[in-house]
Amino acid sequence: MTEFFHMGGYAFFVWTSYGLATIILIANVILPIQRKKEILNTLKRRLRREQS
Amino acid sequence: MWLFFHKLGSPKYFYDLSGKFLPWFGGLTLILMLLGSYWGLVVAPADYQQGDSYRIIYIHVPAAWMSLFVYIVMASAGAIGLIWKMKMADVVASCSAPLGAAFTFLALVTGSLWGKPMWGTYWVWDARLTSELILLFLYLGFMGLEAAIDDKRTAANACAVLALVGVVNIPIIHYSVEWWNTLHQGSTVARVDKPAMDVNMLIPLLIMWFAFMFYYGTTLFMRARNEVLYRERDTAWVKEMVTE
Amino acid sequence: MSEASLYQAFSTVLKRDLTLAYRTRTEMVNPMLFFIIVISLFPLAVSPDPKVLQSLAPGVIWVAALLATLLSLDSMFRSDFDDGALEQMLLSVHPVSVLVLGKVLAHWLVTGIPLLLLAPLLAVLLHMPSDSIPALMTTLALGGPILSLVGAIGVALTVGLRRGGVLLSLLILPLYIPVLIFAANAVSNAAAGLAIAGQLYFLGALLALALTLAPIATAAALRISLR
Repeated sequence: MTEFFHMGGYAFFVWTSYGLATIILIANVILPIQRKKEILNTLKRRLRREQS
Repeated sequence: MWLFFHKLGSPKYFYDLSGKFLPWFGGLTLILMLLGSYWGLVVAPADYQQGDSYRIIYIHVPAAWMSLFVYIVMASAGAIGLIWKMKMADVVASCSAPLGAAFTFLALVTGSLWGKPMWGTYWVWDARLTSELILLFLYLGFMGLEAAIDDKRTAANACAVLALVGVVNIPIIHYSVEWWNTLHQGSTVARVDKPAMDVNMLIPLLIMWFAFMFYYGTTLFMRARNEVLYRERDTAWVKEMVTE
Repeated sequence: MSEASLYQAFSTVLKRDLTLAYRTRTEMVNPMLFFIIVISLFPLAVSPDPKVLQSLAPGVIWVAALLATLLSLDSMFRSDFDDGALEQMLLSVHPVSVLVLGKVLAHWLVTGIPLLLLAPLLAVLLHMPSDSIPALMTTLALGGPILSLVGAIGVALTVGLRRGGVLLSLLILPLYIPVLIFAANAVSNAAAGLAIAGQLYFLGALLALALTLAPIATAAALRISLR
């Protein structure tokens, strides 16, 4: 197992690459989800204002 | 086919259809990503020359492929939006730009992380790295122009023109950089001759490539749906959906 | 009233822009001054050693020419946009691309040619061998119009924006890279006594491509910006 994480001495480069990829890929999923919530909240508020 | 194309142009139809596809795309992306990473990191043997460092390839190469692919999608969508005035095409183009930029950035950083153990430095003015850097500039220019213009339709059309100019220029830039590189470098970069790849190395690469494709599809849908929701905020169907 | 021919329209735009440039000549001199000042900074910043300067010279002169062109580009459509002349141009019966070509030619005559004429002087300041000076002028003659043509697309895209200046450089500089590579390389090769025909042919091909496509793209961009 430790050998796996050691990556033949290239651990830093391999794991940094994969780590960064994970961060960027996940960030690009989270951002649209948050944006959607934001849009829906704004629209809801606007609709309520119009109705009242 | 033509009818489908027209229907896809209608925001509501797109919103409903993409909503149905989204979980499948997302699930497939996740499965392929995990499978590809496992295969690439664990199952695939170490390279006889580069050792384990070559495993960066499973991120780097798909990201680099996607960076070009997304640009082509973006420019084609831009052209469709410009010629047929299709709103959805504009949305696809504008939502692709940040994703393409992200892929390009990822390809650049992983490339330099791979370069450090192989070439001994984080950055060489290698032809591919350099053209990738220029591609990133093109994406950032596209996003900058889009952000600078207030009117959405004007922004989309202006960006489409820019993307098309970029498409004409990308091959020129690529070949001139390559030519420049062979003149300047050549001997300083020890090029690793690649023997035919082991099947166990090739399969995860293909899996990761598919994973990145589906990832692009998933995130593009997510962004495009948001954009549709926002642009159509005054229509009945969006209001109905919000009140639910 | 008879219809003006295509050539007449072209030459009218050209003459008009040249006259306007002549009236604001103090402004037109600024890019040239910028060109000279930037180049004279390099010996101060890097080293006054002739050998170092000699090896840097082709790149430095070309980068400076690129930046000077970039600075001057903004004026290409700005004043016409402000006084509404640009809208009139789009309403004309003639193809906008031809009128654009007239404006680009005027821009090149007003900024490209002076840069071309200043280059030998600066080449001497940077200790470039005298054999490479004709090469430098040839590359500027071939590359300069490309810079104006491609730049016009960028200006047309950003003309309606309040702060288009920085954005313009972000849009245009990546597109200038092939010109920069081939031109600077031709000049260094000439200094080393190598053949430069290949690079010049390539620049010529780029010029032909830019000449055919850039006015069309510029016209399309102008229509979008002015909508």
